[in-house]
Amino acid sequence: MITWEGVEVSYDGRRVLGPIDVAVANGEWLGLIGPNGAGKTTLIKTAVGVVSHLGEVSLDGRRRRPGLDIAWMPQRPHLPDEMGVADYVMLGRTPHLGYLAAETKHDVDTVYLALEKLDLLGFARRPLDTLSGGEAQRAVLARALAQEAPILLLDEPTASLDVGHAVEVLEVVDQLRKEEGLTVVSAAHDLTLAAQYAGRLLLISGGLVVADGKPAEVLTESNLRAHYGAGIRVIEDSEVPIVVPMRHSGR
Amino acid sequence: MTDSSTRTEARTTRLGWAALVTGIVSVVVAAAVGATVGAAGLDVSGVARAMVDALPGVSLDAGLSEVETSILFEIRLPRVVLGAMVGAVLAVAGASYQGVFRNALADPYLLGVAAGAGLGATVAIAVTESPALLAPFAFVGGMAAVGITYALGRSVGGRSATSLILAGVAVAAFATAIQAYLLQRESDTLREVYVWILGRLVTAGWREVWQLLPYALVATAVMFGSRRLLDVLSIGDDEAGALGVDVGRVRAVVVIAATLATAAAVSVSGLIGFVGIIVPHTIRLLFGWSYRSIVPLSMLFGAAFLMMADVAARTLVSPAELPIGVVTAFFGAPFFLLVLRTMRGPT
Repeated sequence: MITWEGVEVSYDGRRVLGPIDVAVANGEWLGLIGPNGAGKTTLIKTAVGVVSHLGEVSLDGRRRRPGLDIAWMPQRPHLPDEMGVADYVMLGRTPHLGYLAAETKHDVDTVYLALEKLDLLGFARRPLDTLSGGEAQRAVLARALAQEAPILLLDEPTASLDVGHAVEVLEVVDQLRKEEGLTVVSAAHDLTLAAQYAGRLLLISGGLVVADGKPAEVLTESNLRAHYGAGIRVIEDSEVPIVVPMRHSGR
Repeated sequence: MTDSSTRTEARTTRLGWAALVTGIVSVVVAAAVGATVGAAGLDVSGVARAMVDALPGVSLDAGLSEVETSILFEIRLPRVVLGAMVGAVLAVAGASYQGVFRNALADPYLLGVAAGAGLGATVAIAVTESPALLAPFAFVGGMAAVGITYALGRSVGGRSATSLILAGVAVAAFATAIQAYLLQRESDTLREVYVWILGRLVTAGWREVWQLLPYALVATAVMFGSRRLLDVLSIGDDEAGALGVDVGRVRAVVVIAATLATAAAVSVSGLIGFVGIIVPHTIRLLFGWSYRSIVPLSMLFGAAFLMMADVAARTLVSPAELPIGVVTAFFGAPFFLLVLRTMRGPT
């Protein structure tokens, strides 16, 4: 279980997140939703350990070990142009290697499986700057999977993907969650897609949790209108809510 | 499970044999040319035999006269070896700086090593009037300048690489200003300082080689050991940190090693520019992006490059000598442009 306890982040004395108290059970998929600037990315970064914060983020009651416990897929990953896909995915093995160590057969096998799962075997030798947006996104996810960490933090993993590829990537993550018991926390703007995959949604606005529960409980028209400010319709007659943006006035 | 030997897709980029062999051959050829070419021409087979003869337990008639043997062992070889060491150190330090700062133009000179060492040398010559103090003063000056740069950079910008490089520019400007002031006051020492600034590989027997050796060994070992992490740093501080890398520590370790080696090299050879930029970049263009290749190949090609530059410095205007810093800039810059043009190709 990953737990945020009294987590707060301030920039220049202005609080941008928290206090946040959230616990995510092992094997659960928590979706973070909320308008731009709400604090979704910052919340993820507190767990990764790349922003300084008050409070504690812990894992089953102990301190988390960077890289070994948590794999992070950043919103805007830095992709070195000429680096090959296999080399890039191998970077995910870094937490398992000492300062002077070289990769072992197990590391190569893990990278191979990650490439295979994300359908990247044909791209293994390709430099990163020759990949399409969707292929690059899959490479970043493959790197995160190669870490073999029990917690996967995804910051808008489908932002640059078309609907087909978005579903494909989320299916891979969901399958891993089920097969290997991964805990997934993902930030998303596509609310319908978030509702389809996350068993639980956290609506964050102004740095605070304003709703927490099953997708049907969180994705209500009044919640969304209050925090997104846009005209939004929620169709509730299917298994999960479908969120449709509406323009303010008629055509 | 399939054997990993069949999983070639997942193999990472490694240092190629072809590149390694080319590097070693370049070093051997450059050393042979360096040992034989000069005011007193020594023939290659004589040099080779004399070196075998010098091995413990081997006795061989080299066919060299006593004077020639003395030239070889007391003048030519120390200079060739010093050139190889300085070249290897400057090139690998440049590559390491480019890695830790993710800046293609970074080299130890950028953080104030050159300016600090220059100031130290000027103080030694102009103020203490004791040339014997030149090397230690240059060394201390170079290290002090980088120390101040590091402290300033951290105080204004935390771990940011940009603030560090900007602090280096400020420290270098300040050190250069003091140096100019001192030279103005003691203008009769101008020439001596100027000769040092342009770089030279003048040796007194093996003394300089022994001076540089411990720093060169420790520093290159540290940089060699950090080459895989330099690749990890290429995805940025945050992402590397999220992979469990202590970015601040790796950067400090590599910068200290590279600076120590550069300051030691500069203190015995003066300021030899371009090596730290040209050599790693040429290797990057020819043999790929990975520091696993760039670091070891920089050592080899850096050594070969500076030995050849020294041959040019000794022979081009013979019997006079050109400052080697002038040679590296004169040949290095156009050569680099040529490589750049060839590699970019008509795309």
